[in-house]
Amino acid sequence: MSVFILRRLLQSALVMVAMAMIVFFGIHMVGDPVYMFVSPDMDQADIDQVTRALGLDRPIWEQFWAFMTSAIQGDLGRSFVFGESALGLILQRMPATLELAFSALLLAVVLGIPLGLYAGLYPDSKTSKTIMAGSILGFSLPTFWVGIMMIMVFAVVLGWLPSTGRGDTVDVFGVKLSFLTLDGLRHLALPALNLALLKISLVIRLTRAGTREAMLQDYIKFARAKGLSRNRIVGVHLLKNILIPVVTVLGLEFGSLVAFSVVTETIFAWPGMGKLLIESIQQLDRPVIVAYLMMIVFLFVIINLLVDVVYSLLDPRVRLADRGN
Amino acid sequence: MSEPPVLEVSDLKTHFFTKAGVARAVDGVSFSLARGEVLGLVGESGSGKTVTGFSLMGLVDAPGRVVGGSIRLGGEELVGKSERDWRSLRGRKIAMIFQDPMMTLNPVLRVDTQMIEAIRAHEDLSEEAARERARAALARVGIPSPDERLVAYPHQFSGGMRQRVAIAIALLNEPDVIVADEPTTALDVTIQAQILYEVQKLCADTGLAMIWITHDLAVVGGLADRVAVMYAGRIVEEGPVGEVLDGPLHPYTRGLIGSVPSHNRRGRRLTQIPGMAPSLLALPPGCSFAARCPRADSLCTAMPELVPTEGDRAVRCHHPHRADEPAIEGGSA
Repeated sequence: MSVFILRRLLQSALVMVAMAMIVFFGIHMVGDPVYMFVSPDMDQADIDQVTRALGLDRPIWEQFWAFMTSAIQGDLGRSFVFGESALGLILQRMPATLELAFSALLLAVVLGIPLGLYAGLYPDSKTSKTIMAGSILGFSLPTFWVGIMMIMVFAVVLGWLPSTGRGDTVDVFGVKLSFLTLDGLRHLALPALNLALLKISLVIRLTRAGTREAMLQDYIKFARAKGLSRNRIVGVHLLKNILIPVVTVLGLEFGSLVAFSVVTETIFAWPGMGKLLIESIQQLDRPVIVAYLMMIVFLFVIINLLVDVVYSLLDPRVRLADRGN
Repeated sequence: MSEPPVLEVSDLKTHFFTKAGVARAVDGVSFSLARGEVLGLVGESGSGKTVTGFSLMGLVDAPGRVVGGSIRLGGEELVGKSERDWRSLRGRKIAMIFQDPMMTLNPVLRVDTQMIEAIRAHEDLSEEAARERARAALARVGIPSPDERLVAYPHQFSGGMRQRVAIAIALLNEPDVIVADEPTTALDVTIQAQILYEVQKLCADTGLAMIWITHDLAVVGGLADRVAVMYAGRIVEEGPVGEVLDGPLHPYTRGLIGSVPSHNRRGRRLTQIPGMAPSLLALPPGCSFAARCPRADSLCTAMPELVPTEGDRAVRCHHPHRADEPAIEGGSA
């Protein structure tokens, strides 16, 4: 196992370096941030001075080298706009995004697996067909539109839930959390559901497909031939087998939950990383954009690693194959 | 036989209600099984032998349904029982072994989990006592170092070992009858021989009765006491295994025996039964074998009955062969 993890860590480092190059050189092709910070009445000398101050006068490979050397030491540059460490800015807003993403993940599991199981066990029932139709909607309706509709219905028309912000937060070890207060939960409900919608649909479909496939397997029939109760067959024999693909996909999807919370955060004015990214893009705040993308890559790499580890815990065949190496 | 049979099946009918029509997979099957007896249920693919097995377990899934007949296990009628009653019978009074040992054990659960749950589904037994019984069952089917094997996962076993585990699981609650659906088909010949030997010993030692579903006549010849030959959902011939294999009465049985390689002389072409098994959706009226039968005539447009003949045998044919005719034309090799 440790050899496996070490090998994966090395691969991950390579991915990070490659990604850093793509992001860094890519971002330099769009726009010149200098013009965001100069006013039309400045003369060329002033503009040159701003350019130098931002470090943009040097050749790009030199800038990249400077970025990489400090990145290895944990410094991903300073925001042009805030003048603060870009990483610090992102980390400040990260708990809000993670809270949103975890809530969405929880919703996907708690709603998706039971609904998918039901649809898989009773494929011909009306309820199952309704569930499946709903999941198609969840897949195909664009997140931003659903978000706006949710605000319309629940915040504007019904007035049940607030539409923007995090509400009251509680400090836990210096991290602000919304879900510990009632007001925070009310604020969390709509954005979390909005972000989760696609994943709920995904989990429903995965669980249903897995269930339908597994129910035809001999081991399920053999379990029935042993006289086991239906609860035991579904809860242990079936669930343990279908959890393998669900965990894998959900793990990988968690990264995309974080990355694509951009849309949801913008609609619900959720003060997370996604909102920071959108603002930074609008202001061509290169260091923040680069730092954000590097963060996301790092997150994906870590998640992939964790998924592999969890996968091996769930599936004894994977576990032993590795030990044999 | 002085003792009443442990399992008595009469006129069992299991039909599948598909969109294309009603498939009469099992259509009036009757047989009985005494304690310690092994019945070989033989037939081609699609002859209804597996569906018969599943019917005995109450495991026929939609669109299939047992539509008639009776299954009496130890005098108790099983047809029409609730799912709850079936569940309590399965694995306790009647158990089943499946064809593919690679598929029957759940890949993500340890062997002990799968064995102990089978015991505790029927008996309020402590985990420890159940584990002890599981260990004993593994030892009984010839698995070395059962303590270590208990905590292993199915993929750590070879195919033959997995089938032994499956047999051990079937034996856990000491059922009266085991339905074995081609359990050695997926195994190689030496493993097959070992398992057949173990099974034979078990039946002799414990009085366990067994239904051995197979298409392999050699296995039936070596293992079974009686044999029932199925064709298109019906039993066409039944009797003690030696007599049926040596002097088959039904033309279909003769055809089956004739197509076994070991019964043919070197250098000669294998005899085959012309034509194909009929579709269960469109069975012809009368004898379903008539279209492929060299002896068929106008009489065969009416369905023959399964009539008893001498020596505890029965045959469903208007023109049966004589028992003393040699099974293979030109003498056996």
